[in-house]
Amino acid sequence: MKKIQGLSKAELKKNIPYYVLLAPFLILFTVFMLVPVISSIILSLTDFNMVQFPNWVGLDNYVRIFIDDEIFMIALKNTLVYALFSGPIGFILSFVIAWLINELGRATRTIVTLCVYTPALVGNVFFIWQYIFSSDSAGFLNNILIQLGVTSDPIYWLTDTKYNFWIVMIVIIWMSFGSGFLSFIAGLQALDRSYYEAAALDGLRNRWQELYYVTFPQMGPQLLFGAVMSISSAFAVGSVNRALTGFPSTDYSTHTILLHVTDYVDNRYELGYASALSVILLLMMILSWAIIQKVLKKFND
Amino acid sequence: MISNNLLLGDNVMSKIVKLYRTIQFNHRVNKRVNLSRSFGGTLGIFIFLVLISAFMVLPLVYAVIQSLKPLDEIFAYPPRFFVQHPTLDNFRQVLVLTDNLWVPFARYLFNSLFITITGTGIYVFVSSMAAYPLAKAKFFGSSTISILIIWTLMFSGEVTAIPKYIVIAGLGLVDTQWSVILPYLSTTMGVFLMRQFMVASIPDSTLEAARIDGANEYQIFFRIIMPSVKPAWMTLIIFAFKDLWNSGTSAIYIYSEELKGLSAVMSSISTGGLGRTGPASAVAVLMMIPPIVIFLYSQSSVMETMTHSGLK
Repeated sequence: MKKIQGLSKAELKKNIPYYVLLAPFLILFTVFMLVPVISSIILSLTDFNMVQFPNWVGLDNYVRIFIDDEIFMIALKNTLVYALFSGPIGFILSFVIAWLINELGRATRTIVTLCVYTPALVGNVFFIWQYIFSSDSAGFLNNILIQLGVTSDPIYWLTDTKYNFWIVMIVIIWMSFGSGFLSFIAGLQALDRSYYEAAALDGLRNRWQELYYVTFPQMGPQLLFGAVMSISSAFAVGSVNRALTGFPSTDYSTHTILLHVTDYVDNRYELGYASALSVILLLMMILSWAIIQKVLKKFND
Repeated sequence: MISNNLLLGDNVMSKIVKLYRTIQFNHRVNKRVNLSRSFGGTLGIFIFLVLISAFMVLPLVYAVIQSLKPLDEIFAYPPRFFVQHPTLDNFRQVLVLTDNLWVPFARYLFNSLFITITGTGIYVFVSSMAAYPLAKAKFFGSSTISILIIWTLMFSGEVTAIPKYIVIAGLGLVDTQWSVILPYLSTTMGVFLMRQFMVASIPDSTLEAARIDGANEYQIFFRIIMPSVKPAWMTLIIFAFKDLWNSGTSAIYIYSEELKGLSAVMSSISTGGLGRTGPASAVAVLMMIPPIVIFLYSQSSVMETMTHSGLK
């Protein structure tokens, strides 16, 4: 027993202050993060409906989700497409912008940073896009198109299934320059200049080589952090769709797993089923994190 | 007509020219002479940055302009982008519209401020307390906790909203403002950034010296650690402030109108169609000013903190 590091009596006593300092956070973290995640895994195996005592149903919910639930398939497809586009695009654009402004003067850098970061900073002001894509002929975009003679009738941007999916995508990407972006800028600023000078002496020929051989390897930790942030926002798509295209959207064209979960909780009270949906979403996030971690680590070696 | 409306003023053009000159200048003084860029490349980068900044800011500028338009200009056909006769009517209109709701505007404002300030204060304090042992000590469980914190970085906000509901309901927090504040305190971004900052900026020798002088761990935390991580505080303050101030979507468990915050006003006004564009934009403007001001004030601290945000 005494062999386990830090578990002997003397050690424990010495460490009491650390546990005391950690306690408030640990309690909150356990109650509002660990317990919910673990209990939703357990509830996903039951038919809990908030009224009756839950019965154990095994994997029934999951079977129902994948075999019977056609709307889930739409939600799954939409969530994946949103994540696969907005995640990488937000991630790569964040890095490209950070890289480009890295050598600009301090004032210019601050202005561009502020411009690009503000949409993420002001959060739910995104509803303003509703007026830009208003289906009215006086809507911002419709008005321009009509005046330019591109179209004679106003386009129903937010309800027409041809357009609304990609409009939501644009707004999600618009909001995706958050703390990952800040991390890239700060990381690039703090890079060790001497590496660049050494690399230049070693015969680096152009900026692409410099980016690949000098910048990327040093930016590994920031890239990983940015990836986590991208996953966090790319899979949690839902509130933008709901606010812009309505709930449910035309033919579920912008329906996502998160909205599907809300639907089953708010309207059908099927908490067991909704928990199973949540677990699937969390698993997708963890899986993509594992993949990205592998890819970035390999890239950095 | 349209080009007239969208044409940028001379003032803006001259600023753009200036900006372009600074870019060129910075390239000339760049020490890595062999890596200089062609004129075309510089111009391309410049255009790209201007376009992307415009795309990011234009919707927000549009909100500001709409909020200053009198009703007849909002309905003018064809609509103009810029405002001809700016007015604060829309801001007054917000007060009138909320008067028709049950609760006065001041109440929503107070609720937003209460949630934001209480939550931010506790968040910064609790996160710093937890970050110190994780940054500077090894004890049973410390590495497990650190790993858990990194793994749950991505579970912030809405993804776990439904699982959290069960706990919130169980604790009797439904329809209280704590249903927004307490779950937010469990998000790990604060502890993570604070820990990284402490690891990088506080030398172990300082702590050793304090221990030899007889300071206990609590004294070290309050007298040495806390004063020397001010940039990290500022960062946590702006992050927590923006998340809680915008907590419209996580406020789904507050049902009583008199407990709701400003985002509730915004969503109820903005669903009123085009006629409400003015007042809705006015609320949007009111909502976006505080985070922007705080970020501007603290941005050098934020950058200093984010330098250490990397995952190793």
